[in-house]
Amino acid sequence: MASIISIRNLEKRYDSGFRALKGIDLDIPDGDIFALLGPNGAGKTTLINVVCGIVNASAGTVEAAGHNIISDYRAARSLIGLVPQELTTDAFETVWATVSFSRGLFGKPKNPAHIEKVLKDLSLWDKRNNMLMTLSGGMKRRVMIAKALSHEPKILFLDEPTAGVDVELRRSMWEVVRSLREHGVTIILTTHYLEEAEQMADRIGVVNAGEIVLVEQKHELMAKLGEKRLTLQLEDAVEQIPDALAAHTLEIGDDGYALVYTYNANDKRTGINSLFRDLDSAGLRLRDVDTKQSSLEEIFVDLVKAPTSESTRNDA
Amino acid sequence: MNIHAIAAIYKFEMARTWRTLFQSVVSPVISTSLYFVVFGSAIGSRITEIQGVSYGAFIVPGLIMLSLMTQSISNASFAIYFPKFIGTVYELLSAPISYVEIVISYVGAAATKSAALGLIILGTSFFFVDIRIAHPFMMLLFLALTAITFSLFGFIIGIWADNFEKLQIVPLLIVTPLTFLGGTFYSIDMLPPIWQTITLLNPVVYLVSGFRWSFYDVADVNVFVSLGMIGVFLAICLLIVAWIFKSGYRLKS
Repeated sequence: MASIISIRNLEKRYDSGFRALKGIDLDIPDGDIFALLGPNGAGKTTLINVVCGIVNASAGTVEAAGHNIISDYRAARSLIGLVPQELTTDAFETVWATVSFSRGLFGKPKNPAHIEKVLKDLSLWDKRNNMLMTLSGGMKRRVMIAKALSHEPKILFLDEPTAGVDVELRRSMWEVVRSLREHGVTIILTTHYLEEAEQMADRIGVVNAGEIVLVEQKHELMAKLGEKRLTLQLEDAVEQIPDALAAHTLEIGDDGYALVYTYNANDKRTGINSLFRDLDSAGLRLRDVDTKQSSLEEIFVDLVKAPTSESTRNDA
Repeated sequence: MNIHAIAAIYKFEMARTWRTLFQSVVSPVISTSLYFVVFGSAIGSRITEIQGVSYGAFIVPGLIMLSLMTQSISNASFAIYFPKFIGTVYELLSAPISYVEIVISYVGAAATKSAALGLIILGTSFFFVDIRIAHPFMMLLFLALTAITFSLFGFIIGIWADNFEKLQIVPLLIVTPLTFLGGTFYSIDMLPPIWQTITLLNPVVYLVSGFRWSFYDVADVNVFVSLGMIGVFLAICLLIVAWIFKSGYRLKS
């Protein structure tokens, strides 16, 4: 698939000397929902801000649909919509006026029918004549999304779109995102809700300390790194792991009423068969058995944990 | 040229004026009228004529200039400072709009407002004194050039300021004193010789003098010198704005 955003060797060094981005290379396929994951301060927002023209890069190039974001900024930027992390809106403008303003700012002639559609999709139509200062936080977030969609962008950046948003609104936002993708819009989002990336994204990029740690299709990532946990519920509690089971990596859980076996489902030999044989010889009686795929969150914590401490030390 | 963007920003800024009509238009008109009452009546009763013009009529161009300069600065500086302050500037920076277009729209709107205000004050002063306008075209030219130059200056202040104090300090500590000392309410002929020379360092003198010439054909300095000086201020402001955008100063990190 052709990439709609193509980032090469992108560097950002702030005046303070802080290196926020360290030679990022990234390609985002056209039409994907791409989730950028990473801890606070990893450089996600800096990366987005460079692509959108809010922060100057120190080195490297970015192209949006083949347009260089510096030399051909008009073409590049008119394809991009941005919803920043902070809730920043005017106070005295009406919803309708501010969304129409954004459309004009991005060089598009008036199109009330499109604005109406965007406002209706985001359940803002009833509020169109309200002043922005009278809206709740969730409503303002929607207004910012409406502003970003006002000029019919091909690429939409959502920087932490669901931070501080209630469940209902979050669901309706994801519906909008899904329908945008059906219309061929590429969506790049950052989120702290890993379950969201897990549900929504086609592809996941992990950023840590200014570097791309990994980019992978979501299901491949989950399969590749997917640990599984097998929980054996016992009839009678055990105080320690019986000698007959010493060969297996087991943990005791649930006050001795459970044994937890961690394995990788992709391994040739998972060790489950021998575990069950040994269970039998240990004389343990099972009440229930349960397996669980490790979540993206666990994968993510694993990825970010190890290199962080070292690279921050190098920085300092 | 991103015409739609220029139109959008210009309209947005003008809408702000309508929303804050009282503050934007009515209060400068009231304070100017107060100047008429205080200076025109109190001092005018002692000074009857300056250079063949009644004192009340003599101060009209100065009063208009005073409002024109202070309002241009405050309009333009607020217009660009506020989005920086509340964070909505992100949209401006991420939009497919060139720096020239940003300046045209913000400075254009600020200059439009203050020029309109200048004309309103001119209209108001017809109620107080007899005014004749000897060179209407030159009068409008001075009005427009001053509005544009000081709106650019205000734009620069708005970008430079990173708190409200800085936003106010230049107008308060530099522009207002220069205006009051710039022959707004008097002719510099009336000063002691040494102060006449020092006063020539004050840029406002040239603006007021030229503007007054377009009304009454009397001037402290040659009108072409006045025009030349406005041209110089305009060029300086344009150079600074060009540098600001080139370097991203206070706008982009």
